[in-house]
Amino acid sequence: MGMAAADAQFHVLAVDDSLIDRKLIERLLKTSSFQVTTVDSGSKALEFLGWHDDDDDVDVDVDDDERNNSNEAFVSPKNHQEVEVNLVITDYCMPGMTGYDLLKKMKESAFLRNIPVVIMSSENVPSRINRCLEEGAEEFILKPVRLSDVNKLRPHIMKSKSICKDIIQKPENQEKQDNNESTETQLQSQSQPQQTSQSNNNSSNKRKSMDEGLSPDRTRPRYNDMTVMSN
Amino acid sequence: MEVDQLQRSFLEYSRLLFHEGFLDGQFSQLQLLQDESNPDFVLEVVSLFFEDSERLLNDLTIALDQQNVDFKKLDAHVHQFKGSSSSIGAQRVKNVCIAFRNLCDEQNAEGCLRCLQQVKQEYLLVKTKLEALLRLEQQIVAAGGAIPMLNEFC
Repeated sequence: MGMAAADAQFHVLAVDDSLIDRKLIERLLKTSSFQVTTVDSGSKALEFLGWHDDDDDVDVDVDDDERNNSNEAFVSPKNHQEVEVNLVITDYCMPGMTGYDLLKKMKESAFLRNIPVVIMSSENVPSRINRCLEEGAEEFILKPVRLSDVNKLRPHIMKSKSICKDIIQKPENQEKQDNNESTETQLQSQSQPQQTSQSNNNSSNKRKSMDEGLSPDRTRPRYNDMTVMSN
Repeated sequence: MEVDQLQRSFLEYSRLLFHEGFLDGQFSQLQLLQDESNPDFVLEVVSLFFEDSERLLNDLTIALDQQNVDFKKLDAHVHQFKGSSSSIGAQRVKNVCIAFRNLCDEQNAEGCLRCLQQVKQEYLLVKTKLEALLRLEQQIVAAGGAIPMLNEFC
C-alpha cells in the first residue's frame, strides 16, 4: 500500500436499511469527498469488513502458544480486509442486527475495534444515545442527516487512521505499539500536511457557504442573483 | 417562456410550499446536493420517495384491514414512512406519521384508520406539488437557466 494511495481519499461504509437514506448519505459523503460503500444491513457490513465469528476470541494480548507460532493463521485471507474502511456510519433502527449490535460486534473484534463508528437515528432518545456512546461510538447524529453533520466526521477518521492500518499489518501487541509511534510519525510527516490542507479547504468552504446560506462554491446550475430579487 | 419568468415562478412556488409547511429545510438540503455532476439528484430521490410511499401506503392499508390488527407491524411501517418523508423534507406527511405512531402505541384501530386516510391525503398533496415543482425545474434547465434556491429555508 503506497503512501499516495493511502492519503487519496477516506473510505466510509454506510449502513442503512432505507434505500432513500442510503442514497442521501451516499451523496452527502461523496459531496464531502469521501469514497463510499453502502450496504443495507449490519450483517452485510460485517461481511464487507471481513469479520468472521471467531474474531470475538481473538485477543490483542497474544499469549497463546499456537498463535505465537502461527502468525500466518492470524492474518489469514479470511481476516483480511480487502478495502480499507476508515469510518462506519450506521442507522440505529434496522431489522435483524441494529446499529448498536453492529457497533458492539465491531468493538468486540480486535480486528475491527479501531474503526470509528458513528450512529444515526431519527429518534432523540437520551438513553439510546448514551448506550451507543458508552459502547464506543464516536458520535450520534440525528436524522435527517445534513451536510453540516458530515463535516463532523473527518476528525474522527484522522484520529484513528494510522492505528487501523497497523492492526491489519501487525498481529502482535508489542510490535504494534512500537510501530504505532513510528508509522504514525511517518504518516503525519508525509501525508498529514497534504490531507489537512485539503480537508480544511473543503470543510471551510462548505462551512462558509452554509453559514452564508449560499450554495458551495462549485460550478452548478445555480442562479444566486435571484436571491437579491426575491427580497 | 423566458428563463427569468420561469425562475421567478419557481421561487414563488417554492416559497409557497415552504410557507404552507409542505416542505421543510431538508428539501433545501437535497437541492444543495444537486450539481452538474449529479443534475438529477433531487428528481431521483423524490422518485424513490414516491415508489417507497406507495408501497408503504399499500402495506398500511393491508395491515389495518386485518381482523386482528398487528400494531407492532403497523408501527414499523409508519416508522419507515416517517423516516423517508423526513429525509426528503415532506414535513406534513412526517407530522401525520408522528401522530400515527402515537395511535399505534395506544392500539387505537379507529384512530389509525383515520390517520391512514389523512396520511394518504397529505402524501397525494405533496406528490402533486413536488411534481409541479420539479417540472418547473426541468423547464428552467431546458431553457438554459440555473435553478434558483431559497436561502431562508436552508
